[in-house]
Amino acid sequence: MLELKLSLKNLLGAKLRTFLNVFVLSISFVIIILLNSLMDGWDAQAKRDSIAWEYGNGHLLHKNYDPLDPFSILDGHGSIPKEVNNLTPILVHQATIYPQGRIMSISMKGGFPKNTFIKVPLKKVLNTNYKYPAVIGKRMAESTKLSIGDEVLIRWRDKNGTYDADRITIVDVFDSDVPTVDTGQLWLDLNTLWQMTGLKNEASFFIANTSYKPSVLQDWKFKSQESLLKIITDLVNQKKYQQGIIYFLLMSIALLAIFDTQVLSIFRRQKEIGTLIALGMTRFRVIKLFTLEGSLYSFFSLLLGGVYGFPLFYFLSLNGFPVPPADQKIGIAIGDFIYPVYGFNLVFGTILTVLISATIVSFLPAKKISKLNPVLALKGKLQ
Amino acid sequence: MSNTPIIELKNLSKSYPVAGKSFYALKDVSISFKKAEFTGVVGPSGSGKTTLLNIIGSLDSPSSGTALVLNNNISELTHSQAAKLRNHHIGFIFQVFNLLPVYTVYENVEFALLLQNFSAEKRKKMVLEALEWVGLQDHKDKKPDKLSGGESQRVAIARAMVKSPKILLADEPTANLDAENAHSILKTMKTLNKELDTTFIFSTHDEKVMKYLSRTIVLKDGKIDKERANKSRT
Repeated sequence: MLELKLSLKNLLGAKLRTFLNVFVLSISFVIIILLNSLMDGWDAQAKRDSIAWEYGNGHLLHKNYDPLDPFSILDGHGSIPKEVNNLTPILVHQATIYPQGRIMSISMKGGFPKNTFIKVPLKKVLNTNYKYPAVIGKRMAESTKLSIGDEVLIRWRDKNGTYDADRITIVDVFDSDVPTVDTGQLWLDLNTLWQMTGLKNEASFFIANTSYKPSVLQDWKFKSQESLLKIITDLVNQKKYQQGIIYFLLMSIALLAIFDTQVLSIFRRQKEIGTLIALGMTRFRVIKLFTLEGSLYSFFSLLLGGVYGFPLFYFLSLNGFPVPPADQKIGIAIGDFIYPVYGFNLVFGTILTVLISATIVSFLPAKKISKLNPVLALKGKLQ
Repeated sequence: MSNTPIIELKNLSKSYPVAGKSFYALKDVSISFKKAEFTGVVGPSGSGKTTLLNIIGSLDSPSSGTALVLNNNISELTHSQAAKLRNHHIGFIFQVFNLLPVYTVYENVEFALLLQNFSAEKRKKMVLEALEWVGLQDHKDKKPDKLSGGESQRVAIARAMVKSPKILLADEPTANLDAENAHSILKTMKTLNKELDTTFIFSTHDEKVMKYLSRTIVLKDGKIDKERANKSRT
C-alpha cells in the first residue's frame, strides 16, 4: 500500500518529532494498561480472598441480620433449620474485651472448627486445655497488642441479657488480607459460643459451599457470592472511574501532541501537498497519507511501549506492586502486594482506544486537504 | 510533429475576486498546442503565464471559455479524473524543484510510477532510464538536500519524464539556476522533446530559455500579445 509506505518514510524522516510524539503516547499507553491491570489485579485478589476467607459460595442470612449494621446483631439470629445441607452456621455475638486495661467492643464469631468452608483457622481451638480458646487476625492482634498464649478479659451478655465475664486465651493469630474477618473480631468454637450465650443451636448466618443449591427457607435470606462481591466490584469500579480522569488527561496530552503535529504538518507541508496533487495523487489519497502518518504514531507507540512496558509488566506480575500499610486499612481485602492482571479486554481495548483516538485526531486536520487549492499549495501559501 | 492539436484553449478567461472586483489573470485567450512542440509562454510577472500552465495542467479551472487537454474538458473534470490525467499524461517541473525531501533521488523519480501501479521490476527499469537521461545515475541514493540546484532540477525533470507524459509543463525551470546549469538542463529537455515526442510548454522570462524555444507566446496583462515561431538552437 503506497500511502503506508510513504507515511512510514515521512515519519522516519521526521526523526525527533516522531520520537517525541511516539514516546509521549507510549507513556500514556503503558500507564493506562499498568494502572488498569493493577485495579483488575486488586479486584481479582480481593474477590479471591473474600471468597476464601469470608463469603464462601454465598451467605444465608437471618432475616434480621445485616452484616453492615452492628445494631442488627442483637436480634439477628435464629434457630438452625433442619434442611441445611452444604451450609455451615456462624453465630455473631457482641462482647467487650479489656486488653491491657483498655475497653474495646468486639464481635465474637462462632463456627464449627472442622467445617467452616472458609480459611479462618478455627481448628486451632481444638485440642487445647483452655476454657475459652479463640483465634484472632493480625490486625486485631496489632490493635489489642495480643499474641498467641495471651489471655484477655471478656464480658458479654447471654440470651437473657445477663452479663457474664471470663478470660479467653488466644491460641492463634492468622494472617488474612480480608479485614472484615479480622478487625474487631474473635473467632471461637460455635459450641463454646452457644454455651457462653445460651443461644444453643442458633446462627446469625450460614456460609454455603460450592454444592449448595439455594432454596426458600422461612426467616432466612440467601445472598449469592456475586451479590456479596458486588461491594468490591463497586469500589474497584469507583477507583477506576477516578483513574479515568488521569487516563483522559494522559491521552489528551498525547493526542494533542499528535493533533498539533498534524496541524503543523498540513500548514508547513503545503508545498509538498501541492506537489503530490500535481504528480497525480488524488486528494483522498493525500488525506489518507496524512491520516495514516498520524495513526502510525499510535502504532509506533505500541511498539515502543511494548519494548519497555512488557518487561515492566512481566516484572510486576512476578513480584507484585507493594501496597503501603496505610492503604491496607481501607476496609476491603488488599494484600501487601497487588499482582496485576493483564486481561485480553484490557490490553486490546487499550490498544484499540489508542489506535482509534490517534486516527481520529489525525484525520480531523487532514480532512482540510480536501478543500485545499493545489495552485496556492504549490506556492506554499497558507490557506 | 503532428498537426493535430493536443491542447486547445478557446476564449479562456480566469478571474479572481480582488477587493470586491474581478481581476483577470487570463482574458479571452485562444491558442492551441501540437504534439512535440517546444513552446515558451513569456511575459512579465503577473501576465498570466503560471495561470495558463495551471489550467492546462488541470490544477486550476477556467472562469469561462474552454480548455481541452488531450480531449478532456478541464472544467468538467472531477478531482479524481484531473488527478488521473496529471498522473498519466502531464509532467510538471517547478521553479523551486519541489522534490519530496524525505525521499531519495530514486524514490522521488519513482513516485509517479508508484501511483500508476507499475511492477517493481518495470519501475526500476524506468527510473534508472530516466536518471540516465539526466545523468544522475550515480546520485540515485542521495537525498535532495545533498544535491545542487542544477542536480535537483535534473531530478525534477527525470520525475516528470519517467512516465513518458504527453505534455510537460515547466514553470520558470531555470529561474533558480546559473547559466551553465540552465543551458545544460534546456539541452536535456530539448533532447527528450525530440526523442519522446513530448510537448513542452514553459513559462519563462529567461532569455536563455528563449533561444531553445521553437515557438514563443507572449502574454501581457492576461492576453496574448504576440506569437512567433523561432528557429531554435538544438
